[in-house]
Amino acid sequence: MAETVISFQNFRFQYYSQAEPTLHDINLDIHKGEKILIAGPSGSGKSTLGHCMNGLIPFAYRGTMTGTLTVGGIETKTASLFELSQKIGTVLQDSDGQFIGLSVAEDIAFALENDCVPQKEMKVRVQKMAELVDIASHLNNDPHELSGGQKQRVSLAGVMADDVDILLFDEPLANLDPKTGEVAIELIDEICRLEKTVIIIEHRLEDVLHCPIDRLILVSEGRIIADDTPDNILAMNTLVPHGIREPLYVSACRFAGVPITSAIRPASLETLDMSACKDKLHAWYKANAKEEPVTEKRPLLEVSDICYSYDGVRQVLDHVNMTVYEGEMMALVGKNGAGKSTLAQVITGFLKPDAGTVTMNGEDLSKYSISERAEFVGIVLQNPNQMISKAMIFDEIALGLRIRKVPEEEVEKRVEAVMEICGLRPFKNWPISALSYGQKKRVTIASILVLNPKVLILDEPTAGQDYRHYSEIMKFLQKLNENGQTIILITHDMHLMLEYTERAVVLCDSVKLADQKAYEVLCDIDLSRRANLKETSLFTLAKKAGIEDPLGFVECFIRCERELR
Amino acid sequence: MKSSSTKTIVATGLGAALFMVLFMFVKVPSPVPETNLQIAYGVSAFFAALFGPLCGFLVAFIGHALNDFIAYGSPWWSWIVASGVSALVTGLASSKIAPRVEEGIFGKDEIKVFVLYTAIGQAVAWLLVAPILDVVLYKEPVNLVFTQGAIAFVMDLLCAAIIGGLLLKAYASTRTGKGTLSKND
Amino acid sequence: MKTKLFSYNQLDTFVHRLSGLTKLLCFILLTSTVMLTYDIRVNIVIMILSAVMMRISKIRFSQIKIMLIYVLIFLATNFVLTFLFAPMYGTEIYGIRHDLFTIAGSYVVTKEQLFYQITKFSKYLSVIPLGMIFIFTTHPSEFASSLNAVGVSYRVCTSLSLTLRYFPDVTRDYTTISLAQQARGLEMSGKAKFADRAKSIAGILVPLILTTIDRIDLISNAMDLRGFGKNKKRTWYARRPFQVSDYACMAVCALILLVTLYIRFVINGNYFYNPFVQ
Repeated sequence: MAETVISFQNFRFQYYSQAEPTLHDINLDIHKGEKILIAGPSGSGKSTLGHCMNGLIPFAYRGTMTGTLTVGGIETKTASLFELSQKIGTVLQDSDGQFIGLSVAEDIAFALENDCVPQKEMKVRVQKMAELVDIASHLNNDPHELSGGQKQRVSLAGVMADDVDILLFDEPLANLDPKTGEVAIELIDEICRLEKTVIIIEHRLEDVLHCPIDRLILVSEGRIIADDTPDNILAMNTLVPHGIREPLYVSACRFAGVPITSAIRPASLETLDMSACKDKLHAWYKANAKEEPVTEKRPLLEVSDICYSYDGVRQVLDHVNMTVYEGEMMALVGKNGAGKSTLAQVITGFLKPDAGTVTMNGEDLSKYSISERAEFVGIVLQNPNQMISKAMIFDEIALGLRIRKVPEEEVEKRVEAVMEICGLRPFKNWPISALSYGQKKRVTIASILVLNPKVLILDEPTAGQDYRHYSEIMKFLQKLNENGQTIILITHDMHLMLEYTERAVVLCDSVKLADQKAYEVLCDIDLSRRANLKETSLFTLAKKAGIEDPLGFVECFIRCERELR
Repeated sequence: MKSSSTKTIVATGLGAALFMVLFMFVKVPSPVPETNLQIAYGVSAFFAALFGPLCGFLVAFIGHALNDFIAYGSPWWSWIVASGVSALVTGLASSKIAPRVEEGIFGKDEIKVFVLYTAIGQAVAWLLVAPILDVVLYKEPVNLVFTQGAIAFVMDLLCAAIIGGLLLKAYASTRTGKGTLSKND
Repeated sequence: MKTKLFSYNQLDTFVHRLSGLTKLLCFILLTSTVMLTYDIRVNIVIMILSAVMMRISKIRFSQIKIMLIYVLIFLATNFVLTFLFAPMYGTEIYGIRHDLFTIAGSYVVTKEQLFYQITKFSKYLSVIPLGMIFIFTTHPSEFASSLNAVGVSYRVCTSLSLTLRYFPDVTRDYTTISLAQQARGLEMSGKAKFADRAKSIAGILVPLILTTIDRIDLISNAMDLRGFGKNKKRTWYARRPFQVSDYACMAVCALILLVTLYIRFVINGNYFYNPFVQ
């Protein structure tokens, strides 16, 4: 057995301001060279576990610890954060917040600068680390010239420059599009081969399992629920009840009645024993396949021939056309910088297009001011904290109406109606600070809905959310949609596209690449690659099982899952 | 909940960035012609009250100096130092204000202390520091610089006290109930 | 969207190759030179010197046009106001009075007043190009390390470096929040009444400041985790090592300062250069 590098013994932690402990009875040994995934829903304590290992607890967050925790042979209770930072390096989920330097090289050098390493030696080590993570050609770039994936590489290089043996990744996939995430997981896998111990905290199981991991540790409500190989844990079927989503292909097998055992190696599609599930998949598909009825729809919003450029040189939108139909929920997808947000800002009137028009029910919207336009198209920003300016929920939702000098009686009526729809009624007199992230999100949606926009645009509505909160937000949006609200979702979350939207418009390098059914996009290898998406594993599964119409299989699965919901 | 010198350093850096953004982009014409209300002084007062005098001084000093570099190519030291001093004095009250605000309280007593120190700070800055430096460094006419200083005093005090106060209030309201919240949302 | 704070342009000229520290020190030395005397001759020498340096560093007129307009507006206003508030200040300073012409009542233009105001004007104007050269030819990464080298605490320098790093991010936050709030009806344009404008500003500032506070928590964690503040000092990746030309430039600037001091104390014997009284 390899040497133990991290060891929790009867460990317990309680935040200073919390009434109850966040972690209970943690016993966990991590060995040198292991690759561990810690999974759990938001609030399960998995981030707290990470903070305990890297020393932010108790250095930055006060609280009481009992039991022991040693990292690299030192007891964290008495160690300084600096000692720990020599043993364990942390890559945080927000690569922008972690990017402290004015350029790539400076950021990689930050830990060395603090260590007073002389400039000459620093240059050598920075170069070496940059080559390791393949960012050496960008050493002089500033952070604004890099993509999210590149920034993450820089963070990784910066952490490794300190020559640590243990690497902790806190939700490495949170801000990356699917394709970039896949590359990140591959990079982590390579790092692990350099005899580093790797700990990944993530709840996106399927994406992490893209490369093999040694152990999966499932955390829920502050306790370790399971600590085993991914194969064994998938066979136990304990993930879903604890708010972790299993890989889609595993769900499909369960639908088809395939018994999931560790013997069929379900942790990866590559290892999955197809002979054990092939027949059942075929039988299930035969029993459930049917033609989808085509429904007639009326165009509501028309975007025609939009061109836009920030600097007059590079076109961000190049003759883009798009139609949004009444009552639909559609997705606007594409990699970072493809022009999704710019298009949304053109639709809402935040930006004036260089050419082209946006019309609603045939009426040109360009004659309206930004605030008048909000009564046609409303936009909800990704981060609710960027929108909330009042202390009380009611006041926040009423803001738009009060500014418009709507009589107070009517304000009350309309706000209450919207609160009802958004499930915020019980919180009518609450301060916003007492709400969870998901509830805040609802408040911002309500504050836009109260103006009765015909089209609602949401920018990454589920970013950073675990499965439970994700489902909660999406169910709510679906309910709105069923009540007739037309919704555009800007996203690169493939599950979201697949399960909730009928249609996806794909933008790539400033032009519209496709406009088709969402699942079709995710079954088109070439298209999804160009949009930085991934082919869905359902499609791969169907192909592997030899199903003649894999697209039909994906469609069938989604329909069945929707019915189940 | 968390206090460290690193946090103060980061707050200083980002506070100065925020100060600059507002100094550059938000121009509110004041009742006095040809002058703008500088909302940014609300931000420096806010950071001073939360993170102390040195942070306050640097937020205004760095923010104002970089703004001048960008707008005029060269800094106007007398007014930059005065900006810094105004926030520095507000920061002297931070030991009385910050701990309360972190607990979610920004009531009458805290407001009184905040406004008092802010008023003293703005007075020292615009009625003493700026005009005296102008006279010493550039030999500006005494009555001119004191008149300018008096106008700046009134307007910047308004911004610092009202905007700074509003921001502290809003920040305090996000600190409420931290300890009392149960886990099930 | 503006992503770079300064229009620093990566050129390879003599001035660009100097260390940021050299440029900072020269800036301080020459600015002090101008501040320590009230002598139009010194101002003119500095102006000529900086014009030459601007040429060498290939700063284009289009880069500084807007700055120049702002400065000239400011100086023109200052010129007029100075006369309005203190028409006899020059006479007072130089202790003699030569009337040129009368505008109205006590507003008499004197030679001394004109000389005093022109000297003041040139004093401001000679400092401006120095700052411009520093800003346009120094890579932002070098600012902080240069200041640290002249004795400013590295903690303060790190703050400055963070300001430069996060200014574009804060600007983007500001723009996003401001647009989203305008969509909800907050009026930012001149149309709105003063009270409404104030309310609108609060509606933008509150989310902006709370977002910034979130960011502060995150960044300080990231810095702590990478050992910030471990030692009493730190080294800088971006510092440019000194060359012979660096020492030469500093020597020239120091010499100018010394000559100026000589003129001020020995030749003029006064803070003011006074051509009226021999």
